[in-house]
Amino acid sequence: MSDAGVDERGEAPVSVSKETPEAGPPGVPWWRRPPFDDTRHLGLVLALLLLCAVGAITQPDNFLSTGNTVGILVLAATIGVITVGQTFVIIGGGIDLSVGSVMALASVWATTVATQSYGPAVMALCAILVGTGAGVVSGLLISYGRLVPFIATLAMLVAARGLAQRLSDRRTQLVQQENNAIVELSTTKVLGLPLVVYIFLAVGAAGWVLLNRTTFGRRTFAVGGNPEAARLAGIDVRRHTVLLYALSGFCCGVAAIIIMARTTTGSSTHGDLYELDAIAAVIIGGTLLTGGRGTVIGSILGVLVFTLITNLFILNGLQTSDQLIAKGAIIVVAVLLQRRALRSPT
Amino acid sequence: MRDQSSPSRPSRRGVLFGGAVVAAGTLAAACTSNAEPSDGGTAAQGGTLQGDNDKPGKKVTIGFSAPAADHGWMAAIAKDAEAQAKKYTDVDWKPVEPTNDINQQISAVESLIQAKVNALVILPNDGEQLNQVARKAMDAGIPVINLDRVFPDKLSYRTWLGGDNYGMGVSAGHYIGKKLKDAGTSNPVIVEVQGIATLPLTQERSKGFADTLKTYGFEVTDQQAAEFTVESGNRVTTNLLSAHKKIDALWNHDDDQGVGVLAAITASDRDEFFMVGGAGSANAMREIKKGGVLEATVTYPPTMAGSAVKLARLIAQGKGMADLVELQVPQSITLASETITKANVDTYMPLGFES
Repeated sequence: MSDAGVDERGEAPVSVSKETPEAGPPGVPWWRRPPFDDTRHLGLVLALLLLCAVGAITQPDNFLSTGNTVGILVLAATIGVITVGQTFVIIGGGIDLSVGSVMALASVWATTVATQSYGPAVMALCAILVGTGAGVVSGLLISYGRLVPFIATLAMLVAARGLAQRLSDRRTQLVQQENNAIVELSTTKVLGLPLVVYIFLAVGAAGWVLLNRTTFGRRTFAVGGNPEAARLAGIDVRRHTVLLYALSGFCCGVAAIIIMARTTTGSSTHGDLYELDAIAAVIIGGTLLTGGRGTVIGSILGVLVFTLITNLFILNGLQTSDQLIAKGAIIVVAVLLQRRALRSPT
Repeated sequence: MRDQSSPSRPSRRGVLFGGAVVAAGTLAAACTSNAEPSDGGTAAQGGTLQGDNDKPGKKVTIGFSAPAADHGWMAAIAKDAEAQAKKYTDVDWKPVEPTNDINQQISAVESLIQAKVNALVILPNDGEQLNQVARKAMDAGIPVINLDRVFPDKLSYRTWLGGDNYGMGVSAGHYIGKKLKDAGTSNPVIVEVQGIATLPLTQERSKGFADTLKTYGFEVTDQQAAEFTVESGNRVTTNLLSAHKKIDALWNHDDDQGVGVLAAITASDRDEFFMVGGAGSANAMREIKKGGVLEATVTYPPTMAGSAVKLARLIAQGKGMADLVELQVPQSITLASETITKANVDTYMPLGFES
């Protein structure tokens, strides 16, 4: 199908041109366009800098240490990768509640005795296939089964968790010694950073390119902005929806590899409540919950904000319950700011 | 022990949705073999009661109800009880489906009362909420052996048998306090990775720990709560290690989450401190044997389930405990929290449970 002109017609009224990948001057090749065309991430960057300042002032020795920086990035990697997939789903007008469970299922499946006996590469492949497979199932239920995304992925949330419990017999499955290549992803450092951080960066960069510089990305905005217009413009909306959830599942599979590396285990308890963290990070990252508008960079900044808050709280000896309150407050403030930005003419 | 306050959220929602996906998944699950490394022989204990109590006696039926096996520890409870019961030819074993749903557990216990079993072993999801149905059993003349989580009403059980959460803190406190004192450490940095902070059992553990450290003139520098999962243990410890450039000792309340704690320590390349675990999993014991950061763990043994079955049988048969002068089984038994180190790990290994 031809994509020329699709975007103009596929654009929903809400997806203001400033926010779309077509915002760059026409005729300029994508590698020449600036990565940011406006200042919409300024608020988040400021928030991050503010949090860093708080850390540097309250815990000057510990916060600025290399160990802490590495620790923050490693912890952000798991949820960060999931968030990239979630960003696509939400921009495409859906929501994926199953991310935490699917990651748990993928980690459990990848650490079964059967899979482990074939070695680390098969384990990694298995995690990705299981994740993507779960995403495809959700996508099919939504686009061809006509289930509301909320319901379909809620079903996947509980079913995947149950299946993970069943597969693992509710036990924690250790990554065996001979598959240490998986664990080494978090212990081997290149230029001071563990490999899992590079996986995170690679997924983030790939996500950014996919969203901003490809047909797939343009179609995602179109489908999320106004599915009917997108359909009239010749986009196979149903197929695209399946692909979006498959992408989210794929990211869960990658996250499963990271969590196996981090914890040296596959477990049905992994990723509990990750769906809330991922969705919250996407929302405070500036992506509209109604679809059609959003950015990968914003989501990643959102993840970093949350990871930093947890880090700062523990560094200062504060309790978990206070962290939850702070997170809640941040979500509310971010969404309120977003709404103001929407109301103001762009 | 673990999930007092967290009745399984997913499984309840699971009743509503996703049946079809579960069915498809089950089929797939059947295709992936998942034989766990054989359980560390949790059932290997036995024959500890002296005298002729183990000889076949009057035929008795024992009912059993416990929460679902969400953790290695709870899985070991069910397995251990069953293994012990199967050892006796005079015991008719009647377990009901394990569940984290309080209402389901109540009706399961009611069905056992209807079945007129001779004794009941109950590990309640919540002692307060199961109290009434236990009382009903007692009123119907069925002795209830209350396992671990205690019923508030003493009329609701014949005998209570359980672990000592405060004692876990005491054992961990003694190991850490003594070692640091002997090394002449002053103002040591002692950190604590708790389980779910809101649970009374967690608070008891922490209190025992703090009280014991005080006798050495030490105090806990920092404590953070995890959620009894590998992932939460890993996350909290990663941050805790950043918070303290130098640590002298770390106590982690739970060996299941301890796997994640250890992974965080390994990833950080830190080894200036030593760590003590909690519960006594086979995995932790292997780490202790190997020698490394994890030097000791303090027990909260799931073998208490096997002991409870033994006591249920004795009570139902009207026997006493041969080591005591008493004619009957005592009303309350609190297990000791023992400290497992490299020196005695081989003795305890057969009792370790796989997490």
